[in-house]
Amino acid sequence: MHGPRTSPTESRSHPGTTDVPLVEAFSHAEQLTYRLGRASFRPKPVNNTYKMDEDQKLSIDELKKIATTLRKHIIEMTTAANSGHPSSSLSAVEVVTALYFGGFMNYDAKKPDWPERDRFVLSKGHAVPVLYAAMAEAGYFGVELLKTLRRLGSVLEGHPNLKRLPGIEASTGSLGQGLSIGLGQALAARVDKTKSKVFVVIGDGEMGEGQVWEALAAASKYKVGNLTAIIDQNGYQQTGATKDVLDMGDFQKKIEPFGWHVQTINGNSMEEVVDALKTAEAVTDKPKMIVSKTRKGYGILPLLEEAGDTNFHGKPLPPAMAEKALAMLS
Amino acid sequence: MALGELSGLKLGQATRDAFGDALKDLGAEYKDVVTVDGDVGNSTRTEPFAQAFPDRAFNVGIAESNMVSVAGGLASSGKTSVVASFAAFLLCNAYDQIRMSVAFPGLNVKLVGSHAGISIGEDGPSQMGIEDVALACSLPGVAVIVTADGPSTKAATKAMLDHKGPTYLRLGRPKAPVIYDADCDFTIGKANVVKEGKDITLIANGLMVSAALDAATALEKKGHSVRVLDMHTVKPIDEAAIIAAAKETGRIVVVEEHLAHGGLGSVVAMVVCKEHPVPVSFVNLGDTFAESGDGDGLLEKYGLTADSVVNAAEGLLS
Repeated sequence: MHGPRTSPTESRSHPGTTDVPLVEAFSHAEQLTYRLGRASFRPKPVNNTYKMDEDQKLSIDELKKIATTLRKHIIEMTTAANSGHPSSSLSAVEVVTALYFGGFMNYDAKKPDWPERDRFVLSKGHAVPVLYAAMAEAGYFGVELLKTLRRLGSVLEGHPNLKRLPGIEASTGSLGQGLSIGLGQALAARVDKTKSKVFVVIGDGEMGEGQVWEALAAASKYKVGNLTAIIDQNGYQQTGATKDVLDMGDFQKKIEPFGWHVQTINGNSMEEVVDALKTAEAVTDKPKMIVSKTRKGYGILPLLEEAGDTNFHGKPLPPAMAEKALAMLS
Repeated sequence: MALGELSGLKLGQATRDAFGDALKDLGAEYKDVVTVDGDVGNSTRTEPFAQAFPDRAFNVGIAESNMVSVAGGLASSGKTSVVASFAAFLLCNAYDQIRMSVAFPGLNVKLVGSHAGISIGEDGPSQMGIEDVALACSLPGVAVIVTADGPSTKAATKAMLDHKGPTYLRLGRPKAPVIYDADCDFTIGKANVVKEGKDITLIANGLMVSAALDAATALEKKGHSVRVLDMHTVKPIDEAAIIAAAKETGRIVVVEEHLAHGGLGSVVAMVVCKEHPVPVSFVNLGDTFAESGDGDGLLEKYGLTADSVVNAAEGLLS
């Protein structure tokens, strides 16, 4: 995509005090047109646009600043909603930040139906606050909309819903399906002879779903070099540590024999995430997996330890704790 | 007596064969169509399309869950995905994937389930889709189509590809008596009156339209005027045709090669109860799995015959 560099953190004002009307941002007809890809579509409201050129990739320091902004959004929106999965969202912040702002994905927030866009599929759909935060910063919709998360009438549902929010590429929330959906999108790009790439983020607990392994095998069969998957291995699932609930062992050792290019990294290190995505970008003859070892709740770990719950699954930070978290991130 | 014989119908293509021919024939014109198979393309008859358009056909192996979500992914990128398997495996194995990767996002995926009903015969109950219509109807926004013969299946295949949104097409394995002409009309959601009549209406779909026509022939010989409706679309149901049947004939028998719960009978009964209550009787598989055996013998044993329809009709007419 081409266009003047627009730094997402500088050019946008935060109308934090504005009342957000809880109306559908998009009419039914618009959603349908968008979904069927039959006409050009303009989302609204958009008060910021992020466009990426080769020479516009943000520096590691800039990416880290955006990551911090996304973390604040995640905490603010889930605490405002008084529900959601902030800790599951926080672990994936570096990966999502690098994808949306590090020059690895081509998209135009003002034209989410652009056929040759790259696709991002959040298979661990409960972590959608990190995606909404990134989309808001990228200009898909106004940042003020984040505060409507999970509220009746808001397009920001508790799990991603592509019917209601342009820019969402898959309706997820039933775990295990995102990699297959991404594979379908990667194959569609092949049929259409476009350069679209697909990125899928999967949870480590989600790897217990058999369908993921079906997709791993099929992606290898079709040698989809435009598909990159990232396991956000944050070590926890709903009822406890992943190694206690269903220990899948070493993902790298398990997935390499499927015919994938696999890297294992510290997924909360922006440097390592960017390096791994660059390495994956250069591999074009097979599907690519990044085993991204992270910490659930990364960024506010001391507060989770203080609360005596380093999993902190599926619950918002109470307001006082959220205040501490925001201060910690500032 | 073979199905359709009493009413003078000749055996023609199996509906799965007609679908396979039509899909291949439409492939050149419908460039957005892709197929996703779970390694049964030579049974569901997507194989001719796959051979003609290899770059648009994907066999993901014996993995129905992945198969359906891949089809959803292709559709979300603008393709018209045709995903075919045995009705039992497609609907039962991949139900959640149909729900989340197809129906909830409302994507343009054409689900095709072959080997529906007990008439598949010898392979037995594990292979028989007997609950597929109920499962498909339970998903919001999915159109559910059950075709009766070769010509109408070809027309339905085209209608399905033209329809924007998720559909389920139910197909059978055995050869089906030919009811329609090659240039027959097929409109999703609009029942076909295959025989006019005033005293009673037989509402059927799939192979059971032939059984209904045979029953109508037998009943006419006894002096009754019988209407036969091919209710090829279970959802959205043609309420107007049902209401007209209730008002004009006063009695209805619903015939289907499917379990009693959640199939065509349930849907027709809802419309009749709400709009114009009249006596309704049902001929279906009831609440049981079937068994192995020859297809005709199974239809006989489980009461999916013209005789059963005649008995049900006479119960209402007496």
